[in-house]
Amino acid sequence: MSIDWSVVIEYKDYFVRGFITTIELTVVAIVFGLIIGLILGLMQISGKIYLKVPARVYIDLFRGTPLLLQILAIHFAVIPTIWEDILQMTPPSALFSGFVALSLNAGAYIAEIFRGGIESIDKGQMEAARSLGMTYGQAMRLIVLPQAFKRMLPPLGNEFIALLKDSSLVTVIAVNDITYAAFTTAKSTLERMGPYVTAGVMYLLLTLVLSRVVLYLEKRFTPQARKK
Amino acid sequence: MIRVENLQKKYGDHLVLKGITTEIQEREVVCVIGPSGSGKSTFLRCLNLLETVTSGKVIVNGHDLTDPKTNLNQVRSEVGMVFQQFELFPHKKVLDNITLAPIHVRKMPKETAEKKALELLRKVGLQDKAHAYPEQLSGGQKQRVAIARALAMEPKVMLFDEPTSALDPEMVGEVLAVMRELANEGMTMVVVTHEMGFAREVGDRVLFMDDGYIIEEGTPQALFSSPQHERTKAFLSKVL
Repeated sequence: MSIDWSVVIEYKDYFVRGFITTIELTVVAIVFGLIIGLILGLMQISGKIYLKVPARVYIDLFRGTPLLLQILAIHFAVIPTIWEDILQMTPPSALFSGFVALSLNAGAYIAEIFRGGIESIDKGQMEAARSLGMTYGQAMRLIVLPQAFKRMLPPLGNEFIALLKDSSLVTVIAVNDITYAAFTTAKSTLERMGPYVTAGVMYLLLTLVLSRVVLYLEKRFTPQARKK
Repeated sequence: MIRVENLQKKYGDHLVLKGITTEIQEREVVCVIGPSGSGKSTFLRCLNLLETVTSGKVIVNGHDLTDPKTNLNQVRSEVGMVFQQFELFPHKKVLDNITLAPIHVRKMPKETAEKKALELLRKVGLQDKAHAYPEQLSGGQKQRVAIARALAMEPKVMLFDEPTSALDPEMVGEVLAVMRELANEGMTMVVVTHEMGFAREVGDRVLFMDDGYIIEEGTPQALFSSPQHERTKAFLSKVL
């Protein structure tokens, strides 16, 4: 068995576009996932039932159903309903559906990481900050979150890598990501191995870079004293 | 300075404070003693509303803490608190631990806050530790920084919640020395403590608490040498 790499060269534009699209999907989902996750995480620890319950329902919904189903439902049901029936407009591209689905899904997982991180910080830290006259928001922002963030980095790193790989599921709604490039190249050239191996190498490259970035951040957020 | 009227505190169904009434004057040093579980820490924590009050009145510095219209952040910024477990901010250097609240709560310029923080560090004998992280300090040093941090807000009252209970014995003295100096400067202080020597020497008044009540109060001389109540006698015979 030999692998014919020439088809990969021939279809390289597909792969380049796929590479960029996968990065876009991951970055957008990380950014919005962090924002959604922070809001939901804070809602969960707020101690107010009218904030806790909606957050809990959201997290259970997005963690309890398959991502593939979420992508299909958002692209073929939710977004067309909103855009065509309510806004009376043409729905945006499949890529937009991919952004939405991955961000909403990541938000649910990241919310749990935020909640765990915040709850792991000793309650005395919040009390000390409040006793100095800081508001709840200041105490969270200046005292609790910076300490929690350091503890959240390893699980966040795992989540980001999972997200990068799960982004391949948007292939089913024909978003031009790495997996889609491999799939279409293989289908139209009948060359089986080359395209899929290429896609695998691309994902591996991205996950390795991402895990190194997370490791670097973990080091940077460790106080000077501990490095010695 | 502080007036407490019939203060009650419930955790669920459990009544921890069963009706505390007392008054603390400006420049007075009041030590609160009593067995563990007697409610003395809860009482102290009610004075800056780290605990919500179930019923009764707490008036600090003219602010009624139980009035929902009172700005609690404002009140808390005028009341310093020192914790048993220090609660320094581990991700901040000593200097930043002290300047954080003046900068963010009082909106003090950074330079002014740092100058003041260095003065306070000198006062507690730790000016050379300004750029250390808390984990590089001993327990006694941490507690002295915690006192400096509270003083940076220029509080009108200082609350101490068993400030020496988590310390190794050889470090208790250095923390008590700083507190003694504060008392001599005329700071109003409420100190929950097991250090009977400190209460006797520095306290203007001692409150003995047990089972959610103030059982007995008086000058240290009176309370320690001729306690009136059976429970006070029993407690003092165990600790003195």
